Amino acid sequence: MSPLKTIDSKIVHPMDNLLRMERIPHIWCPSCGIGLAVTAFTAALEKAKIDLNKVAIVSGIGCTGRVAGYTKLDSFHTTHGRPIAFGTGIKIGNPEIKVVVFSGDGDLIAIGGNHFIHAARRNIDMLVVCVNNFIYAMTGGQVAPTTPLAAYATTSPYGCVEPPFNIPYLADSSGAVYVARWTTLHIRRLTNSITEALNKRGFSVVEVISPCGMYYSRINKLGDGLDMMKFYHDNAEIRHGEDTKNLGIGFQTKIIVGKFVDRERPTYMDSYNKWLSEIKTEEKLRK
Amino acid sequence: MRIDKRGVLTGTWNLSGNQACAEGALAAGCRFLSAYPIPPSIEVVERFTQRAKEVGAVFVQMEDEISVLAAVLGASWTGKKSMTVTSGPGFSNMMEHLGLGVMLETPCVIVDIQRAGPAIGIPTRVGQGDMMQARWGSHGDYEIIALSPSSPQEMFDFTIKAFNLSERYRVPVAVMSDAYVAHLKEKVVIPPAGKIKIKPRRYYKGRKDKYLPFKRDKDFVPRMVDIGAGYRFHVTGLTHDERGYPIMFEECQEHNVHPLVKKIRHYVDKIVEFQEVETDDAEVVIISYGATSRFALKAMEQARKSGMKVGSLKLITVWPFPDKRVAELAKKAKAFVVLEINYGQIVFEVERCSYGNANVAFVSHGEKGIDNIEDLLSTIEQVMKEKKVRKGIIEYRT
Repeated sequence: MSPLKTIDSKIVHPMDNLLRMERIPHIWCPSCGIGLAVTAFTAALEKAKIDLNKVAIVSGIGCTGRVAGYTKLDSFHTTHGRPIAFGTGIKIGNPEIKVVVFSGDGDLIAIGGNHFIHAARRNIDMLVVCVNNFIYAMTGGQVAPTTPLAAYATTSPYGCVEPPFNIPYLADSSGAVYVARWTTLHIRRLTNSITEALNKRGFSVVEVISPCGMYYSRINKLGDGLDMMKFYHDNAEIRHGEDTKNLGIGFQTKIIVGKFVDRERPTYMDSYNKWLSEIKTEEKLRK
Repeated sequence: MRIDKRGVLTGTWNLSGNQACAEGALAAGCRFLSAYPIPPSIEVVERFTQRAKEVGAVFVQMEDEISVLAAVLGASWTGKKSMTVTSGPGFSNMMEHLGLGVMLETPCVIVDIQRAGPAIGIPTRVGQGDMMQARWGSHGDYEIIALSPSSPQEMFDFTIKAFNLSERYRVPVAVMSDAYVAHLKEKVVIPPAGKIKIKPRRYYKGRKDKYLPFKRDKDFVPRMVDIGAGYRFHVTGLTHDERGYPIMFEECQEHNVHPLVKKIRHYVDKIVEFQEVETDDAEVVIISYGATSRFALKAMEQARKSGMKVGSLKLITVWPFPDKRVAELAKKAKAFVVLEINYGQIVFEVERCSYGNANVAFVSHGEKGIDNIEDLLSTIEQVMKEKKVRKGIIEYRT
């Protein structure tokens, strides 16, 4: 990212051309990690050297669902859980568009879980950035399908009784071609991963573990955002290529981060066009 | 097969309602179809996918009807005319994105081949039980346009009409067909491409940095741009201002949502369409739509033969409802007989619009066989004998 520039004696922030500055200040609480994920994303957009007019960002509902509203791209704030389905329509409607889905764990893995696995199975050419803060934050801290076993939430006052989803494992087994996980502490590595995923063809998933100082860490008495960052510093372990089934996250246990999956598979449009050209040649031959 | 570039299959064909619907969509310029398999709507998808490669159209079968309509909305924003087709249970699933379509003012067409319900009902048998759902099914305030075809020819024509209306008013338009019309095979005349009126999308053509996604014309309808055209716009399902940015105040609700309703209500006279047969001297007017209008006409002819002055009002647009015309007819005629394949939906609208000036009798059609019109005829006879206007909806024991 370039340093601060001045144009017409006005100070211009390097992210100005990528953010809707008229909408700042944003709604996120102090100590929230979503802003860091957005910083990494905007930096990656510049690094990836893609035509920004051809990028569409789609978000669902929730704290992370607000990201689309702050990014200066063709941006869509849709219904709860459905950004992947909406993005599928965009991608198939115009395959030239690079579709980015930026949403939270509740949006993508709970209510949108079905769309997540099916888009991965179809290998829709799309980047999914899933910010995982272990809780439904916008609605006030309810238990989520990513809440670690025994962690407290307002709707699990005796501790969460359900085992959480392991997002990279879910993405891997459903057919995603690129799967990585970082915490908001790993801002440089996260930026590199998103850059790589932006240029990857196929269904790519980048999970971002993010602190939620207002709900998750307050209810669980884990301190504020800074304490969470310290926790990530001490407990995150980089293990590239780790088998995704070992990536489950327990309550205050070690968080394994890194790039786990990077493979090639024909995308939905590849297969569609291949089928189409085969049929057309067959018909020509028949004539 | 003679197929021109626009995908119009000009000629005279023997097509089922569902096949005619797919042809209508292709002729209207629809190039994106998404659906989830559900009877009795499947032939639309089959026909569309068979023809898709010839015209460069795409079909994607999604994992459920929720994602189907989400994909249709997404594709519509890329500039492709988009459609989906479903039946009762799928239509229920679509209610979520019907609301999003209304809020994002996204043109698209939803074809609902109605079957008997509620719940799973009878997947292969005819019903007309989704009429109120089309109008009120999604939460919040909105207005919608819904058409009701009664023959394969009308399936073709109304599908095109639905696309035109949805582009003009930027609203999802429902084609409320039913299993009877969908599976009926009849002559369908497809005119040459030049003879088919197609309403193009109303694009914004000003400076890129001045584009406001929800700035309304004098006709309350904002202009669209495509994804990827360099406008970098934002739209949201939250209550928003002209820029498409969320504003969480009641004033903005008035500013944003009221025009969604006004843009339809203001043009009701232009949108509403119906067909009247022999209503000038009619003492009883049969009101029907879709499949039932075929039997209404049959009953009307028989009643006329036996000397009863019976007319027919067939609804083409069920939503918006032709309030004015029904109110006028209520002053002239003694009674309305409403014929529906359900237990009373549009009859409530007829009762509302007759303002106590005419009797309103209801006949639930189809239980004794789809072409059995005995109940209808006996209701006409009985309602003719009424001396004064009775309160509420009359249902005679038959």
